[in-house]
Amino acid sequence: MSKPVPYRGGGFRPERIRGVGIGVFVALLLIAEWGTRAGWITNLTLPRPSDVIRTLYELATSGLLWTHLSVSLARLSVGATLGAGVGILIGLGIGLFSVMRAGLVPLVAALFPIPKIALLPLFVIWFGIDEMSKYMLIAFGTFTPTVVATYGAVDNVDRTLIRMGQSFGLTRASIIRKIVLPGAMPGILSGLRVSLAIAIILLTAAEMIGAEYGIGAYILQAGALYDLERLFAGVTILSLLGVSLSFVLSRIEAKVLRWRV
Amino acid sequence: MDLKIDALTHRYGTTEVLADINLDIPTGRIVCVVGPSGCGKSTLLRFIGGLERPTEGQVLQLSDPPADSLNPFTFVFQDFALLPWRTVDGNVRLVLEDHGLGKAEMDRIITDVLTRTKLADFADALPKNLSGGMKQRVAIARALAVRPAVWLMDEPLSALDAQTRELLMDDLVGLWLRTPFTAVYVTHNLAEAVRLGHRIVVLSRRPGMVRKVIDIETPLENRTAGDPALAAIEQELWQLMRDEAEAADQELIA
Repeated sequence: MSKPVPYRGGGFRPERIRGVGIGVFVALLLIAEWGTRAGWITNLTLPRPSDVIRTLYELATSGLLWTHLSVSLARLSVGATLGAGVGILIGLGIGLFSVMRAGLVPLVAALFPIPKIALLPLFVIWFGIDEMSKYMLIAFGTFTPTVVATYGAVDNVDRTLIRMGQSFGLTRASIIRKIVLPGAMPGILSGLRVSLAIAIILLTAAEMIGAEYGIGAYILQAGALYDLERLFAGVTILSLLGVSLSFVLSRIEAKVLRWRV
Repeated sequence: MDLKIDALTHRYGTTEVLADINLDIPTGRIVCVVGPSGCGKSTLLRFIGGLERPTEGQVLQLSDPPADSLNPFTFVFQDFALLPWRTVDGNVRLVLEDHGLGKAEMDRIITDVLTRTKLADFADALPKNLSGGMKQRVAIARALAVRPAVWLMDEPLSALDAQTRELLMDDLVGLWLRTPFTAVYVTHNLAEAVRLGHRIVVLSRRPGMVRKVIDIETPLENRTAGDPALAAIEQELWQLMRDEAEAADQELIA
């Protein structure tokens, strides 16, 4: 008797499967469309996907989409750049200097769980009702996760590489710039992913007060009127924004982290 | 540059790791340090290289290192310690950049050391694309680039397979024959010690003490695999280490 030995290996390894992600999206949309048309989903529960798409289209053709989007993108980029930038600097400081670690880690731990939305009135008092309070809210929200990710990434830099640098007499500045920073880059970038998602969440919160334009303001107005089509149109825009940012980050990672195995 | 290890003792807390080590490291010789795992041989190397400070005693340099040496005490690590984000060229360049050499001079040194380690064709490769043996040759090229006065080699071949190890041993012998260098070579592999060492220092298990120092007179170029004299020395070393290794194996790691 001869037969091949049974195969027991394989699996437990993520594979790239194309199209399934889109497929799930399309399937859900089709079910929602079918349900709302057939009537077993009332239009108070869920708007018809085709109506949402038409709303989006009207928004785009009227030019309002661009008005809302440009205002929101400005807030997002200023706030997130500020928060992530300062966060990376402070995170590096904590990772490199024990005094900063001792002084700031408890503070960051105390700031992290505060719901930033709750502080919105305070921010309005501190920074005024204009753009500055919105920038600062987004900056504050992105700051804490960036700090935590950055100093964690610095802590995870391979110590043998730092020893190597010291053993070759590299200056401290060289060790930081050529060994610590590139070594921490993967952790910093994955931290940035989380921070940017939080920035988008906070964008809506920031536009709750004193904002005429902006995707968040648009969603809140629609919500107040129970205009579900516009609500979902706005949410769709935020989703797409998140997906695009994540895509851009993936491209940056692929370029900056080419050396990774 | 002769080195002298003078009454060196080291403790981590209350655990004594090294006890009263006295050792001479003569210029132009390879001193192999062997001993069971956990006997503090790598720690000893870090003291010599100034990466750690012993509790008592000191490591003395008996003269100034040669003026052209950019980094007198230079390590070759077991795990290569290459920067994964730098190419072969960039990894060698890293250790030259802080010396204000000028680009032309750096390029000249890099070309020279990569040629001597047979890596000239791989200057632009990233470490992830190199085999273990090539990675260690890059580390050796990097060390050559700074013209060390003393090479501190911490089990440089232990992460490699047997065939690659043989080839690299030949490379090291070749490098030494071209320009004899001073080296402290830590290993747990007795065949390596017998092949490369002019002097072999046997450490006991923790706390590490010098159990025996053996000088081998056979010139490096004449040491062949089947040499009965060398085999006898290897056998003697194994007898010395066997009991220590067995006892060390029975101990809990603190």
